[in-house]
Amino acid sequence: MQRATSPTDVDDPEYFHKVVDCQWACPAHTPVPEYIRLIAQRRFTDAYMLNWESNVFPGILGRVCDRPCEPACRRGRIEEKPVAICRLKRVAADYRDDISDRLPEIPKEGNGKRVALLGAGPASLTVARDLLPLGYACTLFDKDPKAGGLMRTNIPSFRLPENVLDEEVYRIVDFGVEPRFGEEVTSLKAILDDDYDAVFVGTGAPKGKDLNIEGRRECSDNIQIGISFLTSVAFGHVDTIGERVVVIGGGNTAMDCCRTALRIGGKDVRVTVRSPRKDMKASDWEIEEAEQEGIPIYDNHSPKAFVRENGKFKGVLFEVMRAEYDEDGKRTLVSTGEEVLFECDDVLMAIGQDNAFDWIERDLGVEFESWGMPLVDKTTMMSTLPGVFFGGDSAWGPENIIVAVAHGHQAAISIDLHCRGEDLVQSRPAPGHSLISQKMGIHEWAYENDYASTGRVDVPHEDLAKSLKDLKVEVELGYDDQLAFDEAERCLNCDVQTVFTGPLCIECDACMDICPIDCINFIENAAEPELRQNLRVPALNTDQALYVSPPLKTGRIMAKDEDMCVHCGLCAERCPTGAWDMQKFTYVKTQAAKPCQVNLDAYVQWSKAG
Amino acid sequence: MSYIQKPKAFHPALKKNKLGLTRRDYEGAMSTLCAGCGHDSITAAIIEACFKLELPAHRLAKVSGIGCSSKAPTYFLSRSHGFNSVHGRMPSITTGANLANRDLVYLGVSGDGDTASIGLSQFCHAMRRQLNMTYIVMNNGCYGLTKGQFSATNDKASPSKKGESNLFEAIDLAQIAIQLGAGFVGRSFSGDKAQLVPLIEAAMSYNGFAFLDVVSPCVTFNNHPASTKSYDYVRGHNAVLDKLDFVPPEEEIEIDYAEGTTSDVELHGGAKIRLHKLDTGYDPTDADQAINTIRERLNAGEVTTGLLYFDGREQDLHETLGTSERPLNTLPLGELCPGSEALEPINDRFR
Repeated sequence: MQRATSPTDVDDPEYFHKVVDCQWACPAHTPVPEYIRLIAQRRFTDAYMLNWESNVFPGILGRVCDRPCEPACRRGRIEEKPVAICRLKRVAADYRDDISDRLPEIPKEGNGKRVALLGAGPASLTVARDLLPLGYACTLFDKDPKAGGLMRTNIPSFRLPENVLDEEVYRIVDFGVEPRFGEEVTSLKAILDDDYDAVFVGTGAPKGKDLNIEGRRECSDNIQIGISFLTSVAFGHVDTIGERVVVIGGGNTAMDCCRTALRIGGKDVRVTVRSPRKDMKASDWEIEEAEQEGIPIYDNHSPKAFVRENGKFKGVLFEVMRAEYDEDGKRTLVSTGEEVLFECDDVLMAIGQDNAFDWIERDLGVEFESWGMPLVDKTTMMSTLPGVFFGGDSAWGPENIIVAVAHGHQAAISIDLHCRGEDLVQSRPAPGHSLISQKMGIHEWAYENDYASTGRVDVPHEDLAKSLKDLKVEVELGYDDQLAFDEAERCLNCDVQTVFTGPLCIECDACMDICPIDCINFIENAAEPELRQNLRVPALNTDQALYVSPPLKTGRIMAKDEDMCVHCGLCAERCPTGAWDMQKFTYVKTQAAKPCQVNLDAYVQWSKAG
Repeated sequence: MSYIQKPKAFHPALKKNKLGLTRRDYEGAMSTLCAGCGHDSITAAIIEACFKLELPAHRLAKVSGIGCSSKAPTYFLSRSHGFNSVHGRMPSITTGANLANRDLVYLGVSGDGDTASIGLSQFCHAMRRQLNMTYIVMNNGCYGLTKGQFSATNDKASPSKKGESNLFEAIDLAQIAIQLGAGFVGRSFSGDKAQLVPLIEAAMSYNGFAFLDVVSPCVTFNNHPASTKSYDYVRGHNAVLDKLDFVPPEEEIEIDYAEGTTSDVELHGGAKIRLHKLDTGYDPTDADQAINTIRERLNAGEVTTGLLYFDGREQDLHETLGTSERPLNTLPLGELCPGSEALEPINDRFR
């Protein structure tokens, strides 16, 4: 017996949430299409506030976010290049007005609870932002003299100008945290002994990995760990480097290292990677930027030894590798036997980062996995010691800023529940959402449904010669308002959902005939794998849902492949009975403090009010 | 009717035919017909059929008269030849074009008003002459463009949307077509593309006059509960006489059928019509049986659909008249217009 695919439950907010690929992929679930529409309407401040409430650092993230939203963007599946979501976010930050009167009010009277936040990076700052409006007293510790964490120490200022960083970081510090900067925490016990109501560990993954190969010790004067190098440059302790620099590593830190080296004296800077180029960990756009600055990347180069000659450092000896793949596509790197020596003055090692928890005493009740990571609950962010929470890179290893922010939000909810003595799982707030028709007239929608066929708009760059001369000159200039508008129009409005009401359907085929993407089908039901194959265009991307109706009058079902829908609304325009409607879906992750989501709530509520 | 243009974007996995074209390449302008109009669905079926036939757009001439139906050719194959002619005069325009250039595929699109009233005589004579064309009537039983008055094909039992009764018997265009010698007669329903698309493919491959009466509900005026041309009525009273697949030349359908359940009819150009035996025992090559069956079912309130009649001789007007093998526009001027020396002996014959 053939099993039929069950009808889709569109009352479950997660169904339509998943259709909004960007928002679903964003760890903080920022309502991307909504803020892009606001940018198109030149409502930059409103767009900024939606962002600020949901991801806390729009100006920073608009420049250096890992942008998981972009690979997820539906536009990228239809025509290769996704919407430049990250750069549009920057536009909101660049062109907004003063927002001081739109920030949450911090109560003068505290609630009497004290929270220690260890490490002043994005995770801790998010916790502070979410808890301060509730009256918590937050003490923020960091070993560096200024707050910001790796956003300050590891991201060079030509990608993230200091004033942008300072503004968004110190906005939170100035909400009234008690700063304990330049103070390294060396004992969790000492903190716990201070009777905090909760402790949040957001100390990141601060230890750069080392490479113990031949000559490492002898040549140590010429070898630096990448993140330490970047930190020293950020704080002005280092402002020169040798002319010939070899960077070892293929991640984003390696890209930041080589480009920094090029700006402080490096002339012949090269990047070496052990793996084939396509397996490099760095984001495509960061590799691209490095190459545009003339930095060559040598892939399949595995470091073998640091070489000295006549008592002087000479360079790095590499073994040239070749990738071999077995039947399952599993890769092994094998030596080709060839060796090359890259002569150089300095080596920057950027081959990964580790956590460092030697300051957490093992008898406090915070349990660790065998490989040295704390046991942290995925939902609550709490460790095995009630009241001690982890987030950001220190929870499960190196991630990125937006993940740290998402952790921070969840940790703040947990800390608040913990301090109020409520259950951390049962009492977690449900997300806010609404689903509202966008129909305004026969052919009028409350959103711009026309499809803009333009390609992705390039971001203007500063003149290369000028930007290479000064470490502090920002490389990307950002979109101006016209370019931003053109790019914003590429957004497919995936939050405006195609909602189908089966009983109204007369099965006239109008929607199926007009759909430019052939995603609508009226078809015999079958088990999902078979149903996917039977569609007008087989739905082979199983990451994307099928929207399946209950049986219609003829016994057939409507099955829509959500994968490629461009949300143009033509199905609804062509529907004679209103069985299809375009409805805006809003979804907002509820946060610890209501005052931190005034604009997000308004977005859900206003949409509800129509 | 829609204001935005249909986005040019299409599914990256959309199938291409041997010409390297997708179905989207066979589309036309955006329809301005009412939302849910059956005509748009027939348009989509024509697009699908032309895509499957791998027809190069410039080999097709689409001709129409006046009415909602006759607007439809604008909505498909925008790169084909087209002539939106005078009310009811589509057949004579097509006759002229066809006689001048026999190499094009002619697709006439008409409606029940355009064919069964003002153009009835033209329709009859084109069939009688076996003009090589496909003649599709988008049949909704009413004049949609002038607020839904009854047309001559509306069943007597089918009142208007406001309840006014219809005083006259309907003209059944399919019966007329069989009687007057159309070589290929089919009937289908805009809401059943599985049946309609292969019928259009076969009709367009038929050498001679191929007629398709396609019931096409008018959502605005004739889709009410008492109408016999509504989506619900046709679905509920559809007497499918036979089922067919269209097999293009030099191609086989991969699906295996049990022996004896199908029979192939080979067409002029090498394509095949594969008929699947239904328990109706219907034989579409028998004109008398065809007319009897259609009448019986009609009396029972049913709409007969499928390939109703098929004449294997496929003799078209050019053969009957012994006209030039080549289109006139390819003849050298001396041949096309041989001059007064050639005219003299002809005139002499009448002196």
